[in-house]
Amino acid sequence: MGIQTPNGFNLDNSGKRVVVDPVTRIEGHLRVEVNVDSNNVIRNAVSTGTMWRGIEVILRGRDPRDAWAFTERICGVCTGTHALTSVRAVENALDIKIPENANSIRNIMQLCLQVHDHLVHFYHLHALDWVDVVSALSADPKATSALAQSISNWPLSSPGYFKDLQTRLKKFVESGQLGPFKNGYWGHPAYKLPPEANLMAVAHYLEALDFQKEIVKVHTIYGGKNPHPNWLVGGVPCAINVDGVGAVGAINMERLNLVSSIIDRCIEFTEQVYIPDLMAIGSFYKDWLYGGGLSSKSVMSYGDIPEHANDYSPASLKLPHGVILNGNLNEVMPVDLKDPDQIQEFVTHSWYEYPDETKGLHPWDGVTVPHYELGPKAKGTKTNIEALDEEAKYSWIKSPRWKGNAVEVGPLARYIIGYAQKKPEFKDPVDKLLKDLGVPVSALFSTLGRTAARALECQWAAHQMRYFQDKLMAAIKAGDSSTANTDKWKPESWPKEVKGVGFTEAPRGALGHWVKIKDGKIDNYQAVVPTTWNGSPRDPKGNIGAFEASLMDTPMADPEQPLEIIRTLHSFDPCLACSTHVMSPDGQEMSKVTVR
Amino acid sequence: MSAGQETFYEVIRRQGITRRSFTKFCSLTAASLGLGPMAASQMAHALETKPRIPVIWMHGLECTCCSESFIRSAHPLVKDVVLSMISLDYDDTIMAAAGHQAEAILQETRQKYKGQYILAVEGNPPLNEGGMFCIDGGRPFVEKLKEMAEDAMAVIAWGACASWGCVQAAKPNPTQATPIDKVIKNKPIIKVPGCPPIAEVMTGVVTFVTTFGRLPELDRQGRPKMFYSQRIHDKCYRRPHFDAGQFVEEWDDDGARKGYCLYKMGCKGPTTYNACSTVRWNGGVSFPIQSGHGCIGCSEEGFWDKGSFYDRLTGINQFGIEANADKVGATVAGVVAAGVAAHAAVTAVKRVIKKPENVG
Repeated sequence: MGIQTPNGFNLDNSGKRVVVDPVTRIEGHLRVEVNVDSNNVIRNAVSTGTMWRGIEVILRGRDPRDAWAFTERICGVCTGTHALTSVRAVENALDIKIPENANSIRNIMQLCLQVHDHLVHFYHLHALDWVDVVSALSADPKATSALAQSISNWPLSSPGYFKDLQTRLKKFVESGQLGPFKNGYWGHPAYKLPPEANLMAVAHYLEALDFQKEIVKVHTIYGGKNPHPNWLVGGVPCAINVDGVGAVGAINMERLNLVSSIIDRCIEFTEQVYIPDLMAIGSFYKDWLYGGGLSSKSVMSYGDIPEHANDYSPASLKLPHGVILNGNLNEVMPVDLKDPDQIQEFVTHSWYEYPDETKGLHPWDGVTVPHYELGPKAKGTKTNIEALDEEAKYSWIKSPRWKGNAVEVGPLARYIIGYAQKKPEFKDPVDKLLKDLGVPVSALFSTLGRTAARALECQWAAHQMRYFQDKLMAAIKAGDSSTANTDKWKPESWPKEVKGVGFTEAPRGALGHWVKIKDGKIDNYQAVVPTTWNGSPRDPKGNIGAFEASLMDTPMADPEQPLEIIRTLHSFDPCLACSTHVMSPDGQEMSKVTVR
Repeated sequence: MSAGQETFYEVIRRQGITRRSFTKFCSLTAASLGLGPMAASQMAHALETKPRIPVIWMHGLECTCCSESFIRSAHPLVKDVVLSMISLDYDDTIMAAAGHQAEAILQETRQKYKGQYILAVEGNPPLNEGGMFCIDGGRPFVEKLKEMAEDAMAVIAWGACASWGCVQAAKPNPTQATPIDKVIKNKPIIKVPGCPPIAEVMTGVVTFVTTFGRLPELDRQGRPKMFYSQRIHDKCYRRPHFDAGQFVEEWDDDGARKGYCLYKMGCKGPTTYNACSTVRWNGGVSFPIQSGHGCIGCSEEGFWDKGSFYDRLTGINQFGIEANADKVGATVAGVVAAGVAAHAAVTAVKRVIKKPENVG
């Protein structure tokens, strides 16, 4: 019954089918189906993006200087990273150079997003996969305090603090209205933390909820609001004026001080709360090392955070760049986003049509003709799906491949590549974490490894914010307060026909935008985003994507309570609004249907 | 903290709401739902004994920026909202349960809290392809939305998506993404537009309802007057520069560094109704204009299709005389209101709100 995939997985769909829809605690809409064998071990996995918005067709014919605002609305969780990718793509097309200060401020904003997104993901989207809230009710506040103080200097750690929190939690639970904790998997055997660790984690869940709103104030200062701060082709919209008439209406000393103090608090919270919590949770789950999927085989990162303005070469990028295939850590290959033979998207198993579906298309030449249909083996109806047929089309996500290979992207991919490149800023923290947990390097290739890499990256990003804020201050001190280049602001100054590409490392992984500009308007726009890479369905050769691969061979305690499935899926931080927005350049009218 | 143990009735009594007002609220709400006097007393009983109003927060086609904004609230803190003010029984983005366990909550809420829960909607339903551009639990999102609306007490349309359609409904709107008031026609709908709305505006609307025991006064477009009745331009701290004819002429020029008016850089403040220039963003830290970029008008209907964000608004008198600019705002509001006026939802809203406004 088994099917061997080219990328090394043995799929067997003969066992009981388990459906999880909706997958919650993610951005957007995702469905997953698995088959479990008689021992409740997952032997087949099918992941389906279940939403589609069509933002690229909407961009056609519009002013390229506006594209950042449209693409920013692809995702409000990783807010800003699409906007940054977009302004980079347009600047690449039009050969616009930005000032150093704009590069510093953009980096600070992008790093701020990394810190915020990783922290919120860990505590509010992922923690409940590891932490049993109900178990926290039986914790001893004194022992909780002792535990907290043994792992961190964080001041909110007294027995009284934990007792008050526990009392509030108790009242909440006793009210019978459990709110977001309703129908959770409390008491599930896959929960491993003692009550005290659970209580500590719940306390930090609430503290992180309070703190995350402070982090984003960096976006508010430089971009005016968050979510969805403002960006600018050619630089950044905020002007700097620290010493003169009208300084109070610009980025001045008070604003810079506010950013600086938030950066200090980010470093403090990450190092005194997030990392110690990760280590505490890791120490209880270090035997649960499922979920590695593609990470031990094939990973990719474009790199990001340019040290120098306008230099997007790997040497200038502070986040690692490259591809590792087949687990060969001795070779990191370069990625060329402009090469038509490297990045291609396939639709054999996606709800789109190509003239020849055995071939992939590079994003500059991408077409997307939607074609929603269920395969012959699907159960249910077109508008009431009970089970999908993965041998046919089954997702609104396309299958992007690098030279035909399915790859994983994201913090773990970045850290594996940085580790392989022996960059100390990535390798050293990983080695320390592995040593402290007493696990081998292979433990990195797991759900827990993905979660750990994100925490390490959060800490790295917080320190890099400090670095670029200091760099900005040094430039201002040296007399440079320039933030925008307006030489090519006016469309009359642009060539008749150009194309460009922009990329970032979004919190969830490699993100690229490809734009064609003709007569001052957008002629074509395509985005290939991290969750498209990770959440992709099978390709023509039968390679499975990272989500599907990660679920393989995981034992479930109870298939009716899919805690293990959502734990591993969450470790990718899925973002479905991002992954499923592509649309044909022509924007064909779909059949209109009257709603019942 | 203690509020967590109070019933909805106790909370509003503590806020100085009389028993009479409370009963009136219940009967008006029941009437708006087309239910009889019996239902009103049932509702009153429920609200007196059920501690917190159940809220079902559904997501259609959207980007989750509204949820992200909501959790940014500085006052009240979102943890206090969720632990003590409402019972957020369903919200895909943060709930512990998934799949069947999540689906079960929807059915349970419909039965157990019929006519007593608030349905908060983020995003909108696409109607093309049988609704399957947004699949939820194997079915079209629009079907689940309508089912949950059927038994809701009132509906909150979060953000530009639910209120107007937002980016996926921008031309040519390939999925036929549709504002929720076009598919939910028999319930009061509070529109809280913006991309996203300001955090404190969102929690302000929720706590208004739980505190005063009634829906806020709405304008002709269905937006709470308290936050959406004035133009950004009228409360903008850079307004004196507009009046004095002092403008930013180019990015990062001398005017930009002095904080001059961004009108010539395309600022949509003169035609945008929102609280940004007063409440400001993220605990009052800043707002777009203060950080050097013009307002893009993200709380206005169809703001994506009104030309480039950098096109200067035309037809606005630049130097001090406001008759023309006001006319622009009033015209925009009037045109939209005329379209909405025929809508059943407005009629329903009018029954619930304290002082119904003449429509048209």
